[in-house]
Amino acid sequence: MPQLDFSTFAPQIVWLVISFIALYFLMSKLALPRIATVLETRRDRIASDLDEANRLRTETEEVIQAYEAELAEARAKAHSIATEMRETLNADIAEKQAEIDAQIDARMGEAEARISAMKDQAMGEVSAAAVDTADEIIRKLVGGKPAKAAITKAVAAARGN
Amino acid sequence: MATEHATAGHGGEAAAFDPMHQFEIKRLIPLEIFGIDASFTNSSLFMVVAVILISGYIIFSMSGRALVPGRMQSVAELGYEFVANMVRMNIGSAGQKFFPLIFSLFMFVLVLNMIGMIPYTFTVTSHIIVTFALAIVIFLGVTLVGVVIHGFGFLKFFVPSGVPALLLPLLVVIEVISYLTRPVSLSVRLFANMMAGHTMLKVFASFVVGLGFLGGWAPLAFMVAFTGLEVLVAFLQAYVFAILTCIYLNDAIHLH
Repeated sequence: MPQLDFSTFAPQIVWLVISFIALYFLMSKLALPRIATVLETRRDRIASDLDEANRLRTETEEVIQAYEAELAEARAKAHSIATEMRETLNADIAEKQAEIDAQIDARMGEAEARISAMKDQAMGEVSAAAVDTADEIIRKLVGGKPAKAAITKAVAAARGN
Repeated sequence: MATEHATAGHGGEAAAFDPMHQFEIKRLIPLEIFGIDASFTNSSLFMVVAVILISGYIIFSMSGRALVPGRMQSVAELGYEFVANMVRMNIGSAGQKFFPLIFSLFMFVLVLNMIGMIPYTFTVTSHIIVTFALAIVIFLGVTLVGVVIHGFGFLKFFVPSGVPALLLPLLVVIEVISYLTRPVSLSVRLFANMMAGHTMLKVFASFVVGLGFLGGWAPLAFMVAFTGLEVLVAFLQAYVFAILTCIYLNDAIHLH
């Protein structure tokens, strides 16, 4: 078993000590600080990036809130303008309606008056025609000259029925 | 593959099939410093390779220092986060100053184990002396940390609370023994796993050759599956080594 060859112990120990001490110093003075610096830089960078992201998010939230407040205000304003407009228009419409109604009423009255005048006139003419017709009929049937006043009276009496 | 080696009793033919041959230490550059044999061996070579691989990879992949990492950088960061989480979970904030140590340990063992999975390489962690040296240093270091933080209070670690006074001496002895066996279990676990796995692979590989074209398929299929398992073990043992170090440190810092 070569492991138990005592003559090889000394050189192995000597070189173990040399190489391990060399490794230890290379690691602790050169290699590990490099890695540690890089890791630290990265950690700081990530932390600062997260902070920045948080800051931006709160900023965004503030902006959104401001925007929503403005939106609500604008909506309320629009609503009030619409209401006002509607009221004005309604009043306007009612006024015009009344005007037009009055006009229509006036024309209706006028037309009615004309119609009743025409009716009266027509009726008068009908009476005259009746009197004339009756006069003619009596003259032909009876002969002679009938009393105009009596016929007129009789026609008026007939119309009264 | 070298046919001559130190183990006696094998001919040149047998060496290729000797499953322990792969653990042979070869002195590439014989060297002696202050009377100590410090030869640059194949083991040393792979330790140095591991150090260069780990450091080179991290330094190269992190050279861009990109905010959004690429693939290479992601892997480096993944390793960092993995060990950092391990330390945080097991030790807490007090463990931060041990993080480079745990990271180096984990990466060192992991890369050495993984390099060992490549054919014709050498598995440094399959040598008990290497794992034991690491474990004993961890053990002594952890004990030192405990003593520095708690002073004599560290001895309370060996006295379990809420135990009848009669049983206390026995339990203290057991606690001390279990504490002292920590470096042994830590080192043997890693070494034995690595050695057993590689020996097994080598044995089955020799079956493939021995049984030839007709019969070799069964052990080959087994080897493919077993190699997958070995990769898992290589990772798992590095993880266990690191996490046990964390747990020991936590015991020393917080005195369970």
